[in-house]
Amino acid sequence: MGAQIRVYKRRIKSVSATKKITKAMEMIAASRIIKAQRKVAASTPYADELTSAVTAVAHGADVKHPLTTEVENPKRAAVLLITSDRGLAGGYSSNAIKAAEHLTSELTHDRKDVQTYVIGRKGVAYYNFRERQVEQTWTGFTDSPSYADAKAVAAPLIEALKQDTAEGGVDELHIVFTEFVSMMTQTPVERRMLPLSFEKTAEESAQVFMSDRVHALYEFEPSAEEVLDELLPRYVESRVYNALLQSAASEHAARRRAMKSATDNAEDLIKSLKRLANAARQADITQEISEIVGGASALADASAGSDR
Amino acid sequence: MAELHVELVAADRKVWSGKASLVVARTSSGEIGIMPGHQPLLGVLASGPVTIRTTGEDQLGKDGTVIAAVHGGFISFADDKLSLLAEIAELSYEIDVERAERALDAAKADQDAAAERRADVRIRAVAVAR
Repeated sequence: MGAQIRVYKRRIKSVSATKKITKAMEMIAASRIIKAQRKVAASTPYADELTSAVTAVAHGADVKHPLTTEVENPKRAAVLLITSDRGLAGGYSSNAIKAAEHLTSELTHDRKDVQTYVIGRKGVAYYNFRERQVEQTWTGFTDSPSYADAKAVAAPLIEALKQDTAEGGVDELHIVFTEFVSMMTQTPVERRMLPLSFEKTAEESAQVFMSDRVHALYEFEPSAEEVLDELLPRYVESRVYNALLQSAASEHAARRRAMKSATDNAEDLIKSLKRLANAARQADITQEISEIVGGASALADASAGSDR
Repeated sequence: MAELHVELVAADRKVWSGKASLVVARTSSGEIGIMPGHQPLLGVLASGPVTIRTTGEDQLGKDGTVIAAVHGGFISFADDKLSLLAEIAELSYEIDVERAERALDAAKADQDAAAERRADVRIRAVAVAR
């Protein structure tokens, strides 16, 4: 066998080994997307009910709560960034990081100090490498986050929100995560979590007055302040939880897509390498034949000469 | 007859939903019973059993009563729609009493007040259901 063919054979072997791995990863990711999606769906009723309760209180109660009222001159903002622990998921983590960077520069432009909180090893590595200051980091659960994880993340955020700005507290809370739009589309989004923003206030309040159902007149047990005090941490937790679950689903979807294209590329590579190997083998054979033919005719010529 | 539409949801799943005539829960300032036509209410739940008296077809509760152990959360009621939101909520028949008792002993030994309370709520919910 010619040296050329041996080289091609070796490369084909290594590429098909890689292809097997990427194929397996693709299938694992695909099965996990379904699971992650189901978790997102299961957590939706709680988030919906909680959001409607928060809206009801915020609309119906005349309470000034530090978590709902906007500070006149916000000085400091917290940004929570959700990335993945593992790579091989295409642009998943770097897109989220890019969105966070964009948000950070916008906030700094508005003269706000930015405190960054990072979830996921990829994001942590990014900030560490650039020696940028990070308030707190969490790793190890981005694959399948539990509610307890969300609670652990939310606790210091709520703590920082409750603190006075002068003592190092924050006025705003933003979250950057990857929204799971569909199997094919996942978009990084930046959202302001607190203070509650009622973006649709104008339309919504108009609707409230037009519909027969009037929001107000809730009775609070024990009191509106205490209900809000309890409600807002839960609200933050459930929003963080929802963001974590969506990010997990997006991560798996991104990985599946990245691995699918890796598998496809490996297939293409194997195909072209096979062609090259075949051509090399054919060339070898052709050469051998022409050598034999050439040798035979040389022999024939020589013996024909001696006969005479 | 007027009915309540009840949704009992935990942070990671919907635990129970259906129609009911009476819901008794414990808020941080005492027990509260809610029947159809109650004033809109939003309250903080204390850990404890929640009793839901169901009407008509109920999927699970045999005698028309569903008991759930709820570990903190909220109760909100408006327009005959009642939502019980809890971080953790379990129906009484889902609770493994032996395990809860073991957890209670372990929590007592470790002096883990939160775990002790959780186990206690579970055992109480099962006791009420019987």
